[in-house]
Amino acid sequence: MSNSLIIGQYVPGNSIIHRLDPRTKITIIFFFVFVVFFANSLLSYAILTAFALASVATTRIPIKFIVKGLTPVWFLIVFTFLLHLFVTKEGTVVAEVFSFKIYSGALIQGIAISMRFFLLILITSLLTLTTTPIEITDAIEDMLHPLKKIKFPVHELALMMSISLRFIPTLMQETEKISRAQASRGVDFKTGPIKERAKAVVPLLVPLFVSAFKRAEELAMAMEARGYHGGEGRTKLRELRIEKRDIAIYVLFLFVIAGLFLTRNY
Amino acid sequence: MRKKLIEFRNVSFRYGDEEPWVLKNCSFEVYENEWLAIIGHNGSGKSTIAKLMNGLLFPQEGEIIINGQQVTEETIWDVRKDVGMVFQNPDNQFVGTTVQDDVAFGMENRGFPREEMIKRIEQNLTAVGMQDYRLTEPHRLSGGQKQRVAIASVLAVSPKVLILDEATAMLDPKGRQEIMRTVSNVRAEHALSLITITHDLREVVQAERVIVMNSGEIWDEAIPREIFSKKDALREIGLDVPFVAILTDELKKTGMTITNEPLNQEELLEDLWTLHLRT
Repeated sequence: MSNSLIIGQYVPGNSIIHRLDPRTKITIIFFFVFVVFFANSLLSYAILTAFALASVATTRIPIKFIVKGLTPVWFLIVFTFLLHLFVTKEGTVVAEVFSFKIYSGALIQGIAISMRFFLLILITSLLTLTTTPIEITDAIEDMLHPLKKIKFPVHELALMMSISLRFIPTLMQETEKISRAQASRGVDFKTGPIKERAKAVVPLLVPLFVSAFKRAEELAMAMEARGYHGGEGRTKLRELRIEKRDIAIYVLFLFVIAGLFLTRNY
Repeated sequence: MRKKLIEFRNVSFRYGDEEPWVLKNCSFEVYENEWLAIIGHNGSGKSTIAKLMNGLLFPQEGEIIINGQQVTEETIWDVRKDVGMVFQNPDNQFVGTTVQDDVAFGMENRGFPREEMIKRIEQNLTAVGMQDYRLTEPHRLSGGQKQRVAIASVLAVSPKVLILDEATAMLDPKGRQEIMRTVSNVRAEHALSLITITHDLREVVQAERVIVMNSGEIWDEAIPREIFSKKDALREIGLDVPFVAILTDELKKTGMTITNEPLNQEELLEDLWTLHLRT
């Protein structure tokens, strides 16, 4: 039960992308998402696709994990494609389906938009596939650091995130325990009309909430006993460091962007 | 004469103005490098003592002196440097997402440099026998392992006193043994005072001195052997008398002369096999 428990979609690995500084990954993905919208020619799409696919290949994550990550968005991609196909009326008529005229411009537009969509999802899913949630938390804390000046509680937010991450498996184990205990007392979670099943969740949630509050109180006391008094003067064990490989990736990415802008309109 | 590390002077405590007193006029000392056990049934005030020592609670009457400093709102951060505490629930005191993050937590709070943290993580995890689990997440550890990590986390900031507040109460017998063994090892290797708070008489055997609490008052203060001989009185205040002590009593009733008050099976055995040599 607990051994198969992986939070998020993280797939352990030791590829260069896994080892990149999470801040590098977030920055590059941010700009990638941005520049995808500048692509407008076949060649520019080819460059971006090559970059995305090369990244995916480098992670050595089995394709099935990547496909699984994309499943919820396939529908959206296909939907956008069809929408463009039937709504756009540019270029020449290339086919007719049930008295709907399909224009060449619509076909190109449809492919281009769904391609953008696909690239966006693919590259952003790489972040969660190759980075542990705690690394992402550290990166966010570091990148939001300037917001401290306007009294934004960056450290507290990051600590809250990391404590939540730490307690997710614990609370899941507890949920399972409570649901078994309640099932043994005759609560039926699996059959009956929706309304009945929704009602059956109450005896599951109430003890879970009560224990979560108790945990929170005890944890707060333990943290205080161990000398926690806010982010002031605190040092960190987990360290983020920009290495040569990060710089290399940045340079490579700059070339991709340059290539993109050179091949625009071709 | 050993140096006094903790001193309770006529301490009384209650959780609210209308509430009954949880501690009534308690006075005692804890010395440097001493192993003190505090024992009592539920609600005898023993856990409140632990929280008072750490500034998690403040007394209404009396004063608490730790390492020459009175515990007040102003001094709690200094006091907490000296007093480390391990709580009852293994899960609810594990802050980090991995073992090493948890050990680092206390050091991070005190602003230790990173290199020092890495060194101390290694050292203290080895001391509790958890060095192979550095990157393991808490939900993959047993209760006993989590408590050992908790001990390592406290030791990492080198406190002068280590308080175990019912640290074994939620563990299975195996986990309990692990912790008792770890605690004796730690005691052998580190110069620190140890205060174990428990309701289990078997856990006071190794202590040098025992304080027995009953309804907020100090009921007795003695060495373990002396406490063990007061079986009936212990039973009256709601403590479970260990099997060895009961057996000794029964043997005595059959007319055997058992000289010592045995603390564990080995000692009783020692007494029994030499029985005929003596008579």
